[in-house]
Amino acid sequence: MLTEQDKQIIRELQNGLPLVSRPFKVIAGKLNMTEEGLIERIRSFIAGGQIRRFGAAVRHQDLGYLYNAMVVWDVSDEKATETGLMMADFEEVTHCYQRPRCLGWPYNLFTMVHGLSREECVRIAEKISKATGEKNYKLLFSTAELKKSSMRYFE
Amino acid sequence: MELDSLDRKLLKIIQADFPLVPEPYRAIGEALEITEDEVIARIKNMVDSGLIRRLGGIFDSRRLGYRGALCAVKTDSDSISQVAAVVNSFSGVTHNYLREHDYNMWFTILAESEEKLEEIISEINKHPLIQEIIVLPAEKIFKIKVNFDLA
Repeated sequence: MLTEQDKQIIRELQNGLPLVSRPFKVIAGKLNMTEEGLIERIRSFIAGGQIRRFGAAVRHQDLGYLYNAMVVWDVSDEKATETGLMMADFEEVTHCYQRPRCLGWPYNLFTMVHGLSREECVRIAEKISKATGEKNYKLLFSTAELKKSSMRYFE
Repeated sequence: MELDSLDRKLLKIIQADFPLVPEPYRAIGEALEITEDEVIARIKNMVDSGLIRRLGGIFDSRRLGYRGALCAVKTDSDSISQVAAVVNSFSGVTHNYLREHDYNMWFTILAESEEKLEEIISEINKHPLIQEIIVLPAEKIFKIKVNFDLA
């Protein structure tokens, strides 16, 4: 369970680390903690998995990855886990999830691929299809970004 | 923005290996053989240009007790901006994209509990311009990669 102080730390950390010589000291000061105590707590959040990564979050478009496709796959339930793990192994796949099927939506595996061109995304999907033997898939290219924000927890 | 080779090295360190020490920028500077001030100035540039969205913790929403779903709706091309305004008004909607499919608007929702999540979805579903919504929570997560290699 997260304590009230843990939630305060999380709120502060999502405001961004100050660009000053001793950034942790600045945050610790606001929370009535010591600099060492705060760093220790961040380390334990990383060890406990509450923080997946500590550092910079980058807009990938600015690194040249202009195209992203959500590739959706209709894979038999028995093979879904094995296939999901195989797909996750591809360097070009950034996200891989299993989700429920529903009426009018037969696809249960979702992979996000990013490429420098549309064709590159198509080729990546073909490569994954070949490796897994799964042929029922679709590429849903994004045509516009309507919102992209960082989640603000405990606010 | 244009990145020189030092920016690229710096970006690699602060994405993957940010030092958790009292003086992190000095430590990075030592690794790159530049001053702490230069490290801070270069990071500030990348933040100001929008290349770096945020410097800090990237959280695992599930481990913080949050619940989420990917949702998709079908909407007419004429009403996209109106529907987007409704969907985007919820702070738990963090990503929203138009995609080439009958289900043309795809967004993610995060909420602090299952109940709150359902509440937001039913709020969105009530909107007269939204014809159909599918709600697809993750059943299994095989991969979430948050580092990007420099193209």
